[in-house]
Amino acid sequence: MNWYEFMLRNRSEVMERTIEHIGLVGAAMAIALVIGLPLGIALVQRRTTRRWVLGAANIVQTIPSLALFGFLIPVPWIGGVGASTAIVALALYALLPILHNTCTGIAEVNPAVVESARGMGMTPRQVLWQVQLPLAAPVMLSGIRVATVISIGVTTIAAAIGAGGLGVFIFRGVAMVNNQVILAGAIPAALLALVADLGLGLLQRSIKNR
Amino acid sequence: MFSGLNLSVAHGETLVLLGRSGSGKTTILKLINRLLEPSQGTILIAGRPGSDWDPIQLRRGIGYVIQDVGLFPHWTVERNVAVVPRLENWTEDRVQQRVGEMMDLVGLPHGEFAKRRPAELSGGQKQRVGVARALAADPPILLMDEPFGALDPVTRADLQREFRALASRLQKTIVFVTHDVREALFLGTRIALLEQGRLVGIYTPAAFLKASEPEVRAFAVSLGSGSGEDEAM
Repeated sequence: MNWYEFMLRNRSEVMERTIEHIGLVGAAMAIALVIGLPLGIALVQRRTTRRWVLGAANIVQTIPSLALFGFLIPVPWIGGVGASTAIVALALYALLPILHNTCTGIAEVNPAVVESARGMGMTPRQVLWQVQLPLAAPVMLSGIRVATVISIGVTTIAAAIGAGGLGVFIFRGVAMVNNQVILAGAIPAALLALVADLGLGLLQRSIKNR
Repeated sequence: MFSGLNLSVAHGETLVLLGRSGSGKTTILKLINRLLEPSQGTILIAGRPGSDWDPIQLRRGIGYVIQDVGLFPHWTVERNVAVVPRLENWTEDRVQQRVGEMMDLVGLPHGEFAKRRPAELSGGQKQRVGVARALAADPPILLMDEPFGALDPVTRADLQREFRALASRLQKTIVFVTHDVREALFLGTRIALLEQGRLVGIYTPAAFLKASEPEVRAFAVSLGSGSGEDEAM
């Protein structure tokens, strides 16, 4: 029996785990975006705070994912075994690329353009929404793209703390020393990452040419 | 930064601020439209102190053209020209009509250029759009910061000629910054010479060429060999 037959035979569980996987990534990305985009915008003008926040996000990024899941389990409110802990950890990972690209994307908008927008009599809000954000959008989106792909990968490890997702097959396969079971998790996860990367890449190109 | 700087610009005139880089010309422009605030002293605009004006309203009444043009690269020419009228909530019909007029005024056929992006324009065309954008809401005051500085000599001469005609026709109050004496003499009603934040003097173009101050001579000499000076007018 090859991995393909194994997947066909177990397609309902593969489907279920895939949807679980997408759900975990989606929830984590939603949190990371809701925090990361406004925070990134707010940090553009505050250089010192920006260094500290990006530094902290960088440190989080260097913690091995399995360790981060472990660290969070004893934390009250968000901790414990299960999906919510995993989502918090995933959101923390996704935060850095989103924050970083939001800040640099806006900071790199040609200063002459921003100055003439102010000189024309745009309010700070109008400068942000009509000039800075549209011009920073491709860079911001590339941060979101990186964050999504990282999340899809890291989510496979979330199975270790009982969050579900495609990682369940991988850990089960490792325990059973069964490659078919490992591949039933690994291949759909890789495909998800590729599809997300491709889709967001196309979106990025389309807004760049707008 | 400035010491004892006292300048006034009359309605309908073009006052050229002439000076080397670092003399404070650009800073003066930004003090007028309040992109910078004075630490001391007052700037009167239409008789009212600048600090009395709402900075947003003030800037919408002052056209602003800078050397780097600063056109919005993600917008078409049409939308760039329409920016201040739209900020001022003009009706769409009136905005469209005004955009057409402005593009005619700066010599860019609407049909050919309206839908282009700034990246699809030459340097001279970008600067024409910059001028059209600055004039779109019909501001009484126009601030121009070395608008033609980055252009090739032929295009620059064309734009200078057209701009001089435009300025005398529109009767705007214009403050024009440059480090190019020829441009100053050609466009200025009066020329204010600045040297490191200090006002050396204000001259009509004719008086500028005859002035004896060493700072003025330094500029006048750059026009070329001595005897040519009067013909340069």
